[in-house]
Amino acid sequence: MHPGDMSACEIAGAVARGDISAFECTQAALSRIDRLNGSINAFLHIDAEGAIASARSIDSRRARGESLGPLAGVPIAIKDVLCTRNVPTTCASKMLKDFRPPYDAFVVERLRTSDAVIVGKTNMDEFAMGGSNENSAFGPVRNPWDLSRAPGGSSGGSAACVAAGMSPIALGSDTGGSIRQPAGLCGITGLKPTYGRVSRRGLIAFASSLDQVGPMARSAADCALVLETIAGHDPGDSTSLKADVPPYSRLLEESLAGVRIGRVAAHFTEGLNPEVARAVDEAFAVFRAAGATIHDIEMPHARWGVPTYYLVAPCEASSNLARYDGVHFGHRTDTAQILASHAADRTQKNNIDSDQADSTLVEMYRKSRAEGFGSEVKRRIMLGTYALSAGYYDAYYLKALKVRRLIRQDYLNAFEKVDLIGGPVSATAAFPLGEKTGDPLSMYLVDLYTVTANLAGVGGISFPCGLSASGLPLGFQLQSPALAEPLLLRAADRFQRITDWHQRRPHLEGTLQQP
Amino acid sequence: MMMAAASQPTTSATTDVLPYTIVIGLEVHVQLLTRTKLFCGCSTAFGAAPNTQTCPVCLGLPGSLPVMNHEAFILAVRAAKALSCRIAEFTKWDRKHYFYPDLPKGYQISQFDLPFSSDGKLLVCDSKGRFAPRTVGIVRVHLEEDAGKSIHDESTGCADSRIDLNRTGVPLMEIVTQPDLRSPQEARAWLNELKLLLVYLKVSDCNMQEGSLRVDANINLHIPLPDGRIAKTPIVEIKNVNSFRSVERALLYEASRQWDEFNHTHAEIGSSPKQTRGWDDPAGVTRAQRHKEESSDYRYFPEPDLVPVTVSETELSLMTSAQGETPALLRSRLESQWSISAYDADVLVNQGIAFVGYFERLATILSDGKSASNWMQQDVMRMLNENTVAIESFPVRAEGLAALIAQVSSGAFDTSRARDIFSEMVKTGRSAAEVAASMGIADVGDDELMSLCRELVACNPKIVADVKGGKEQAAAGLLGQAKKKNPNVNPGKVRQLCLELIRAM
Repeated sequence: MHPGDMSACEIAGAVARGDISAFECTQAALSRIDRLNGSINAFLHIDAEGAIASARSIDSRRARGESLGPLAGVPIAIKDVLCTRNVPTTCASKMLKDFRPPYDAFVVERLRTSDAVIVGKTNMDEFAMGGSNENSAFGPVRNPWDLSRAPGGSSGGSAACVAAGMSPIALGSDTGGSIRQPAGLCGITGLKPTYGRVSRRGLIAFASSLDQVGPMARSAADCALVLETIAGHDPGDSTSLKADVPPYSRLLEESLAGVRIGRVAAHFTEGLNPEVARAVDEAFAVFRAAGATIHDIEMPHARWGVPTYYLVAPCEASSNLARYDGVHFGHRTDTAQILASHAADRTQKNNIDSDQADSTLVEMYRKSRAEGFGSEVKRRIMLGTYALSAGYYDAYYLKALKVRRLIRQDYLNAFEKVDLIGGPVSATAAFPLGEKTGDPLSMYLVDLYTVTANLAGVGGISFPCGLSASGLPLGFQLQSPALAEPLLLRAADRFQRITDWHQRRPHLEGTLQQP
Repeated sequence: MMMAAASQPTTSATTDVLPYTIVIGLEVHVQLLTRTKLFCGCSTAFGAAPNTQTCPVCLGLPGSLPVMNHEAFILAVRAAKALSCRIAEFTKWDRKHYFYPDLPKGYQISQFDLPFSSDGKLLVCDSKGRFAPRTVGIVRVHLEEDAGKSIHDESTGCADSRIDLNRTGVPLMEIVTQPDLRSPQEARAWLNELKLLLVYLKVSDCNMQEGSLRVDANINLHIPLPDGRIAKTPIVEIKNVNSFRSVERALLYEASRQWDEFNHTHAEIGSSPKQTRGWDDPAGVTRAQRHKEESSDYRYFPEPDLVPVTVSETELSLMTSAQGETPALLRSRLESQWSISAYDADVLVNQGIAFVGYFERLATILSDGKSASNWMQQDVMRMLNENTVAIESFPVRAEGLAALIAQVSSGAFDTSRARDIFSEMVKTGRSAAEVAASMGIADVGDDELMSLCRELVACNPKIVADVKGGKEQAAAGLLGQAKKKNPNVNPGKVRQLCLELIRAM
C-alpha cells in the first residue's frame, strides 16, 4: 500500500516493525504535498527539511534497536495557530507573517517525543476566526472534494490536508466548531476534546475559555491514537485538567449495546438541508442497529448558542489580540513615515506639542493594527471591545455568561438521560467559495450545531455519514459529557467498523490542473 | 474684628485650628518578596541589565500562558491577615486593558470585583503624642502584576523611549485605605507603620528607591461654611512621590493649595473629574498632569487563562501559621515583659526586627530590660549610625555587650570608660576584657587604690579642710588628680575612699 493511503495506526506499526521506514513515509507525504498543495493551499509552511531530519533520526534510532514512540514515522500537519520552535507560526495573519516562536506548543512537544514527523503548518482562518478558511491572509484553502468549494474553517487547511492524503493526521483547534465543521465538510474525522483535556500552552489564543486543540484524521481510531499522545495535565496551563489519560486506542472494542444516544428534534426543523437530515437519520439507524438506543431530548437554550458565542468569543478575542500592537513583536507599520510627517508638522507649527510623543505612539498602534489584521478579525475585536465597554458589559458580556451557564445546564440535564448526543455537524455540505463572504451573519450560522459544545466545555466528534447527490461528504456529530472521550471515540469507531463513509476519498487527480 | 479674623488661620505653624478638615486616603503598591514573578519563573531581582529577566510569559508572546505563583499569594494573605482583612474564600483574576509600550500583553492581570481580601484596618499611634491614635480602614488589598519600565530620554531631542521589561510581571500588592487620615503628618506616620509591618512579616522590603513601595495619595478638604454646610473640595490624586517625607510635604502643599483655590473658585467635589497632580520634589509643588486624550475604560473581565483561587479555613491557617509578630503586638509585649515605657518600646520596634532580637538577647542575659533598652537606644544606635552598619552585621554580639555592661554594674569601670571600650570593641571586634587590657585598663587593686588615696589626702590639705568644713563636693578636686596618676582608677571608688580617710582624720 502507498504510505500516503495508510492510517496513522498502520504507519506506526509498520515503522516499528521495520516494514517501512519513517523516511519513506515522510517522502510519500512530502511528495503528495508538493503535488497537491498548489491547488489546495492547505499548507502555509512546508518543513521538508525538518521532517526529513526527524524521519532519519527515527530510522537510525530504530536501526540501533532503540524503542520508538507511539506515532513513530507518522507524518502530521499542524494548524498554524500552534507554536513550533523556530518554525514560522503565522495564524494566517499578516500580523504574524514573520513570527517564529522560541518554543514549541505543549502538544507539539508531545508529538515530537512520540516520534511523529511534523511536515508543516496548515492554513486556517486568520486567528481561527471563520468558518470557511476564506479569512486567511494567505489565500483560501480549497476543498479537495470540489476545488470551487470551501473546506470549512477555521481548521480548513488541516481538514483538506488529511482529506487529500497529504498526511494521515493533523492537529486543529476548535473554539466554536473549527475542528468538527471542516472535518464534516471534508469527509474526515475530527475530535474536539473536553475543555482542559489538552493543554493550550503554545496555542495562540482566540477565545481562551473556548479554545481546545484536537486531532483530525481519517478515522476515529487514528484520532484516539493522537489524543493519547497530546492529552494530559500540563502545569503550564492552569486550565488543563488533572485527570488521568486513558489508553483511548485500546478502549474501542466494547460494543454499543445499551448506550443511550440523544436526538434533539430542534436540530431537524428549519435550515437543515434535507440531504443532511436524511444522512444523519440513517446514521442514527446504524447506531440503533449496533445496539444503542435513541432518545428524544431537548436542549432548550441551544438556540441562543450562536449569539452567546458571538459575545463571549469576541470579548475574549479583543483582549487576547491586544498584544498585537506593533511594539514587541508582529507587524509594525512604517514608523519612519509617521515620524517624518510629525517632523513636518512640527516645523510648520514651530513648536513642540507635549502630546506629540503619545500621538505618534497611538498612530503607530492604529496603523500597525489596521494593516496587520484582516477585516473579520477587526470586526470581532470591535464587537468584543464594544461588549466589554463600561455601560455595556452587563447587558452583553454578563448576560452572555448567564446564558452560557444555562446551556451548560442543558447538557448536564441531557446527560442524565443519555450517554451521548447525536446530530448534524453543519446544515449543508461544503458551500462554494465566496458564497458567504459578503454576509458575516450567514457565515456565523455555520457554527449553529457546534458552538454549544464549546460553551459547555464538553467533548464532540464529527465523522462522515454520507455523500450528497453532488458527491460531497456529509458529517455526523456526537457530543459527550466532559472527559467521556473513550465513549465518544468508541461510538465513532464502531460506526466506522460498520460503514465505509470514512474510506471514501475525493477524486483529486483529475482536478489538479485547476488553479 | 475683620483684621483679626483674616490674620488668624494658617499663620502659626503650630496651630491645630485650621479652618478646614483635611481628608486623606492612600493607595499603596508593594512589591512582594518573592524569588520569581507572579505568573512565570523569571527572577524578580532588582538591578539586572535591561530585558534580561524575561521569558515568553512576561513578554506576552503569542501562545504563552500565566501560572500563578503560590508563594506570592501566601505572602499577600499573610499581609492582609495582619491588616485585619477578611480573606475571600473565592477570588479571581481579571484583565485590565490599556495600550502602553511597557505593557506587552495590552492588559495587566489584576483583581477587579473580587479581591482576595477586604475590610481591614491598621492603627497608627504617635509615641510622642503629636496626634491621637488613628485607626485607618482598609477598603481592599489585591494582587496584580507590575508593568515594565519606560525610560524616556528627552536629552536627544527626538523623544527616544526605551523599555525594560524586567519588572513586567513582578508581584504587586495594592492596598487601598479609607479616607480616614486627617493630616499629612498622620499619613506619613501611617505609612511608616505599614512599612514596618510589611518588613516585619517579610512580605516586602518596601524599598522606595527600588520601587518596591509606591504611594499615591488622595486628598481633599472639608470646609465648614457660615451657613453650617460642609463644602468638599474636588479630590486630587497626588502621584510621583518618592519618599514618605515627600508624601507629607506634598500633602501639606496640596492642602494649602486647595484652600487657596477654594477661596478663589468655590469649586466643590463633583464639579470636575478627579484630578491627578504630580509632585515636583525640588520645586516643592504639585502640578496638574496632562489629561489623557481618551478617558480610560479598562474593560475589566475575568482572566480566562487562570482559575479562580479558593481558600479554605485550613489552608488559611497553614498560610498564616508561620506569621511573625506584628509591630503593634511586639510593642506591647516588650512593654510588659521588660518593664520599659511605651516610648522605649516604640523606639526599639521601629528599628526593626533584628534590632529587637538583639535587645531581647541582651535584656535576657542582663535580666534587666531598662538597662538593655538604654544601652540599645544610646550606645548601640549611636554605633550603628556612626559606622553606618546594620544590626545584622554589628561586630559586637549581645553576649559581649552584656559582659561589658555587667562590669559597669559591678563597678569595674564607669560609664564613660565603658563607652570608650565599647567603641573599641565595635572597631576591632574584640571582647571587653581584651580591649580593656590593650588599653591598659585594668582593675586597680585595693592596696594600690588605698595608697593612691592616702597620697591624695596628704597632698591636698585645702580640700581636706573644705570637706571637713562640710563641703563634700570639694572632694571632686581629688578625682582629677587621681585620674592623672592612674587612669584606670574608678572615680566613684576614689571619692568614697578619700571621704572615708578624711572623716577618719
